[in-house]
Amino acid sequence: MTNSVNEILDEDLLFVIGSNTTEAHPVIGIKMKQAVRHGTKLIVIDPRRTELAAMADLWLPLRSGTDIPLINGLMHIIVKEGLQDEAYIRERCEGYEELLKTIEAYTPERVASLTGIPVEKLQEAARLYATTKKAGIFYTLGITEHICGTDNVKSLANLALLTGHVGFPNAGINPLRGQNNVQGACDMAALPTDLPGYKKVANPEHRAFFEELWGCSLSSDKGLMIPEMFDAALDGTLKAMYVMGEDPVMSDPNANHVKKAFEAMEFVVVQEIFMSETARFADVIFPATCYAEKDGTFTASERRVQRVRKAVEPPGEARVDWTIIARIAREMGAKGFDWTSSEEIFEEIRAAMPMYRGMTYERLGTTGLQWPCPTEDHPGTPYLHKDGFSIGKAKMTPIDHVEPAEPVCKDYPTLLITGRRLEHYNVMTRFSPTLDAIVPCEMAEMNPEDARELGLAEGDLARVTSRRGSVVTRVTVTDKVKPGSLFMTLHFKESPTNELTIDAYDPVTLTAEYKIAAVQVEKVKTDYDPSEIDRFVRLTELVEPQE
Amino acid sequence: MPKLVKLIIDGKSVEVPEGTVIIEAARKVGIEIPNLCYDKHLTAFSGCRMCLVEVEGSKKLVTACSTLVREGMSVKTRTERLIRYRRELLNLILGNHPQDCLTCEKVGNCKLQELCYEYGVKESTYPSLVPNLPLDDANPVMIRDQNKCIKCGKCVRVCREIQVTNAIDFAGRGVESTVTTAFDRPIARDFCRMCGQCITACPVGALTNKQFVGTRPWELKKVRTTCPFCGTGCNFDLNVNIKTGHVVGVTAAEDAPINGTQLCVKGRFHTDLIHSPDRLKHPLIRENGKFREASWDEAIQLTARRLSEIVARHGPNSVAGLSSARCTNEDNFVFQKFMRVALKNNNVDHCART
Repeated sequence: MTNSVNEILDEDLLFVIGSNTTEAHPVIGIKMKQAVRHGTKLIVIDPRRTELAAMADLWLPLRSGTDIPLINGLMHIIVKEGLQDEAYIRERCEGYEELLKTIEAYTPERVASLTGIPVEKLQEAARLYATTKKAGIFYTLGITEHICGTDNVKSLANLALLTGHVGFPNAGINPLRGQNNVQGACDMAALPTDLPGYKKVANPEHRAFFEELWGCSLSSDKGLMIPEMFDAALDGTLKAMYVMGEDPVMSDPNANHVKKAFEAMEFVVVQEIFMSETARFADVIFPATCYAEKDGTFTASERRVQRVRKAVEPPGEARVDWTIIARIAREMGAKGFDWTSSEEIFEEIRAAMPMYRGMTYERLGTTGLQWPCPTEDHPGTPYLHKDGFSIGKAKMTPIDHVEPAEPVCKDYPTLLITGRRLEHYNVMTRFSPTLDAIVPCEMAEMNPEDARELGLAEGDLARVTSRRGSVVTRVTVTDKVKPGSLFMTLHFKESPTNELTIDAYDPVTLTAEYKIAAVQVEKVKTDYDPSEIDRFVRLTELVEPQE
Repeated sequence: MPKLVKLIIDGKSVEVPEGTVIIEAARKVGIEIPNLCYDKHLTAFSGCRMCLVEVEGSKKLVTACSTLVREGMSVKTRTERLIRYRRELLNLILGNHPQDCLTCEKVGNCKLQELCYEYGVKESTYPSLVPNLPLDDANPVMIRDQNKCIKCGKCVRVCREIQVTNAIDFAGRGVESTVTTAFDRPIARDFCRMCGQCITACPVGALTNKQFVGTRPWELKKVRTTCPFCGTGCNFDLNVNIKTGHVVGVTAAEDAPINGTQLCVKGRFHTDLIHSPDRLKHPLIRENGKFREASWDEAIQLTARRLSEIVARHGPNSVAGLSSARCTNEDNFVFQKFMRVALKNNNVDHCART
């Protein structure tokens, strides 16, 4: 996030796109609702009628995968009406002329036909955003989980720059990070292209710094991104994989492809707190600690580094993640893995990364600090780009529309959208009896029109099939989803949604298009008594397709 | 900057910004004015009347929770007259409240009990008007006992103003008024987000977190930490039972920098997964298609040997690692260093972009 969570309360407009905030980031969601209650305007752009969409001043239920034409269309209107911030653009941006050429073609009428949003609503949204100074953009995976995810993000950057919304409090571009420490894992460079603190593997000077710090030579080879790893496993070049605290068999797209990749490898190590679906493919499983059993830090979306404190002992012989890795490294003869506490590691992180250098465990205390925080007397940084962009001028990038990888068709006529639900978080919350009691099973959301056509009622079972797999799920009938679309989550092993999703990727980030897949839905019949089903048994194994 | 206003509270001089209520100004000089329905994050309700104070020059008593400070104001918070009034108010509230403190889950955290202790109110002199309403405990997270409700309305205001869900409200009139849901339905997922913020707000035992049932507050140690779910970065206190060494549940932390007392259903109620019997407890090695328990030494040595062999045979790029957005910075830093320094490649990634 360029800005901080609590700035939401004093914004005059929230521009929420591709984010079901009240379910995926509930506390940020309630802050948005509090702001709206006090008069803040709300624009929600989402194909589903989410809780925020239902209370929005303007809800634009766009056709899935048309974010780029929509944003280009808003910019077209802004420029046509002269609402752009010329002084800001002159002073702080480059690429404006090229951008103008591209958005010229996105007339309101064309955009309306591409997105399904009427011209008047486009105009209203464009005017509202362009003329409200305290206006922040908030987005999540509805923007990034497309084959054009990078371009979607760049389009939002174009919109914010065109109207001078970056570099001020209560504004900015705010990706709400999906996981507790995805920001931190990136900062630490659990990335194939980066070294800690966003230094680049490809840059010899950057490598030299870390070679000096760690006293060894470093590879300059380009590392593999997750989907490339699975492909490399299947073509035989990747022989082994070490998986710490991830469950790609449940969470990555086209799960059947992922399973084949794990089967193909010679040696798989999984470090986990539960027997995950991925762990079933392991040769060695190490029992790890959960957050309540270790010390350390997480970095939140607003770049705030905060303490995690050990509250209880780990179960059985489970050990803290880093101690397991460090022991294997020592066993392999590597030097520099001799820490005795998480704080010692943090000291090395500080030495490695100027953005964390001013932080100590003592300073973090109970309030944390927001990076960049370069010195021990630096107060941290609530919002970025205050006095200009670190790269000099911000680049505006002309972006054109791309169609989704897998449009619906005659055989697969239903659009599958995936996401999360309030009561669960990925897959591990299933092990919380309380949370699992609230929502014990997948309830695929289906529009009443479709349900009627397929003869499905609330709670009925349906088989959902894509070109890659087939799962069975219960159905909930709701007009939160449009006719012709189905919404499912990734939480439930009984209905593993990611066996359906498509492994079509954004070319830059290799993020998959989780938000759009073509499926067919049919009613299934079964004689089972739902209360007799063992948890975690695949529903496909219990039902027969209807005649 | 708002204008500063000077006033005197119980003889102590205090300066606060214009627009401050008396109860907050008093807190600034260490004076806690008794209250049951006040919460600085909520609109004033002035229902319990416990915070009545005397203001010099005014015959009427005023509620400190809703009366704004004025320049030169002189406030008295603990006069004979106020103590007499407060005793009578507690007498009235107790007349409508079950006298089952011995077995009440709220013991030790009950604001009503605290005030009765402070003001020496042992029992009510009025005949009991406690209704006999059924418990609402059909949901997994909370028990609602409307018989214990003192009608302070904090839960209603939290749900309306902080959670902005409006799952509950007052119904009925006078002594028969209750806090209830639409159509008196039990708490359920379709209209309640189960954030549990109403439980935190409740000053008495009308709303109870089911996870804390059976644990006394003096058995608990609080450990401040950061939530392990989405990227918001909420902080809260893990409550550890000092006898069992297990996490009992979560309580909100007023001074949490991002979320304050606000939490969601996951953050507040997830902790029973920490001690799940399904946790992995021993290293496992696959042998003949089945997992068997192994010692740490064996599992570590096997892993180091196999990785070294594969690197020797197929080169450093034949091994890859998936790090974790759920683990700490320290874990991630060590993991990527392991890949780069011990395995000599850059094949490290995590679900950064999904």
